[in-house]
Amino acid sequence: MKIKSQKDFFSGVMFTVVGVAFAWGATTYNVGSGARMGPGYFPLMLGILMAVIGLAIMFSGLTVETEDGEPIGKWAWKQVFYIIGANLAFGVLLGGLPSVGVPAMGMIIAIYALVIIASLAGSEFRLRSVLILATVLAVGSYIAFIWALKLQIQVWPTFITG
Amino acid sequence: MDLVNNLTLGFGVAFTFTNLLYCLAGCILGTLIGVLPGIGPVATIAMLLPATYALPPVSALIMLAGIYYGAQYGGSTTAILVNLPGESSSVVTVIDGYQMARKGRAGPALAAAGLGSFFAGCVGTLILAAFAPPLTELAFKFGPAEYFSLMILGLIGAVVLASGSLLKAIAMIVLGLLMGLVGTDVNSGVARFSFDIPELTDGIGFVTIAMGVFGYGEIIANLSRPEHEREVFTAKVSGLFPTKEDFKRMLPAVLRGTSLGAALGILPGGGALLAAFAAYTIEKKTKLHPGEVPFGKGNIRGVAAPESANNAGAQTSFIPLLTLGIPPNAVMALMVGAMTIHNIQPGPQVMTSNPELFWGLIASMWIGNAMLIILNLPLIGMWIKLLSVPYKYLFPAIVLFCAIGVYSTNNNTFDIWMVAIFGFIGYSFFKLGCEPAPLLLGFILGPMMEENLRRALLLSRGDWIVFVTRPISAGLLAAALLLLVIVLLPAVKSKREEAFHEEEA
Repeated sequence: MKIKSQKDFFSGVMFTVVGVAFAWGATTYNVGSGARMGPGYFPLMLGILMAVIGLAIMFSGLTVETEDGEPIGKWAWKQVFYIIGANLAFGVLLGGLPSVGVPAMGMIIAIYALVIIASLAGSEFRLRSVLILATVLAVGSYIAFIWALKLQIQVWPTFITG
Repeated sequence: MDLVNNLTLGFGVAFTFTNLLYCLAGCILGTLIGVLPGIGPVATIAMLLPATYALPPVSALIMLAGIYYGAQYGGSTTAILVNLPGESSSVVTVIDGYQMARKGRAGPALAAAGLGSFFAGCVGTLILAAFAPPLTELAFKFGPAEYFSLMILGLIGAVVLASGSLLKAIAMIVLGLLMGLVGTDVNSGVARFSFDIPELTDGIGFVTIAMGVFGYGEIIANLSRPEHEREVFTAKVSGLFPTKEDFKRMLPAVLRGTSLGAALGILPGGGALLAAFAAYTIEKKTKLHPGEVPFGKGNIRGVAAPESANNAGAQTSFIPLLTLGIPPNAVMALMVGAMTIHNIQPGPQVMTSNPELFWGLIASMWIGNAMLIILNLPLIGMWIKLLSVPYKYLFPAIVLFCAIGVYSTNNNTFDIWMVAIFGFIGYSFFKLGCEPAPLLLGFILGPMMEENLRRALLLSRGDWIVFVTRPISAGLLAAALLLLVIVLLPAVKSKREEAFHEEEA
């Protein structure tokens, strides 16, 4: 059998798997009856519904003709890696990881890290302009979030402020 | 006159210095993100939600609302000058707006968009003020069965209007509903689908979903596309004012766009995008006057009608939110979040329990529209300059604002890990051709739907027939069914597909 629309087929697979997982998870809670719905009732219903819709999408991906086979195409792993990585680095530097003993470095350092890593996802990377951008954003964020909006965010590393 | 009294109260609230300031801030921000392609009101409002914690609720809502309707103004600027929709609701403005700019008529095009938007915004606000009270009366007659059916109608409406596959959109809604159920069940206290992670027992924060899917997901998708040359008509904006002939053509188009937009905005699932699209289709169906430029070649009506429609739609989509507490689109879903942050339960009781908030918000929209016309016509030059900011400076800033915004919601790094996961999920949706907006709607409505279903079935002792024996509920379900049948009719189906293809072009 040939897949006629990759996008449809694989999204169908995704919906089916997630639907079954939710439905299966729902059965571990008390399902109850219509008049006395338990915590599992509604998620079980929805999980089954989603799995069925997923199957239908899969089926249409196998049968409905498309012009180009609607390929999913190449995944932009580089962009995924740097954007998500920038976000994670920001989290680690801002809050630290107490469980493994990484100290919090504060917002300013986290901003520099985020801007540099995120910029690597772009088509060109010039350190000078990236550093200028990071400085502008760091100053801007300090004024907007710390000074004007008074958000409770640690600004400097723990070992400086104590 | 009740309306006059109410509006006096509203203007009293809106005309304080702080509220005027936040209204202006919202409008400027809205125009800004409207002008910049690649960032929309959903992501912006999600980013700013945590920041509005410290504000009084009225000011917060005034500002967030300003962002939404402000974006409708800004979006047209980019559409006309750069041939890119700055905002999804300006997709059809691109077709004729850009052609006008190429012919050196960017000024009249911008003016048509701005004036049309202003007119439509004012009418939309007036409709909101006039229709909200009677609808609120109706809402008090609603029991759990009616609410459940109304949400079904709302979700079906959202699906019907989503572009792309109908089945996928329904699946996305169901996925959203399921994700909304993660966390502690209010009735039994059981923590569902939380995998023993303490942070998850409070449920998934919807700011994390919105930012992950709409913020990061879209940035990754944008970056993975090859950069194409942007041609900006900066120098050619001279002579803003349309000619007398232009006005004659514009006027009926603006009127048609406004009435259509206002009507479609109220519908569940409606709002700015659909309104703009429908208005353009209707204009195309009308006969061309002798000597008029055909559509697609720079017809001013092709700019005026959709731009009026998207503004009217943006304004009236507040009606279901403020009267029934049901968000008709993703932006309104975020407004529900904003209200909940400030301990206001959206729904018919808002008007009676917080009249100053309700009428203040409505009055602020008038003021906001007036500010926007000034921001967007005389000050157009400022926004054009902004268009020359390259994306490579823009996206790290967006990533940063998302990260800070997510963190400050709970001051907890856990949310930052969650948004990373949702960023990846959002990109996967993009790759699989699944539109994410229905997911967010489902996510907001999930817990509400479960609660109303539970109550309705408890009252009927488990008998599902209650949904069709109560007249209002039966009517709502019938409407939902009708919508589905209409879309599935072969004739409409092919038209719909054709329509959305055109939009992508």
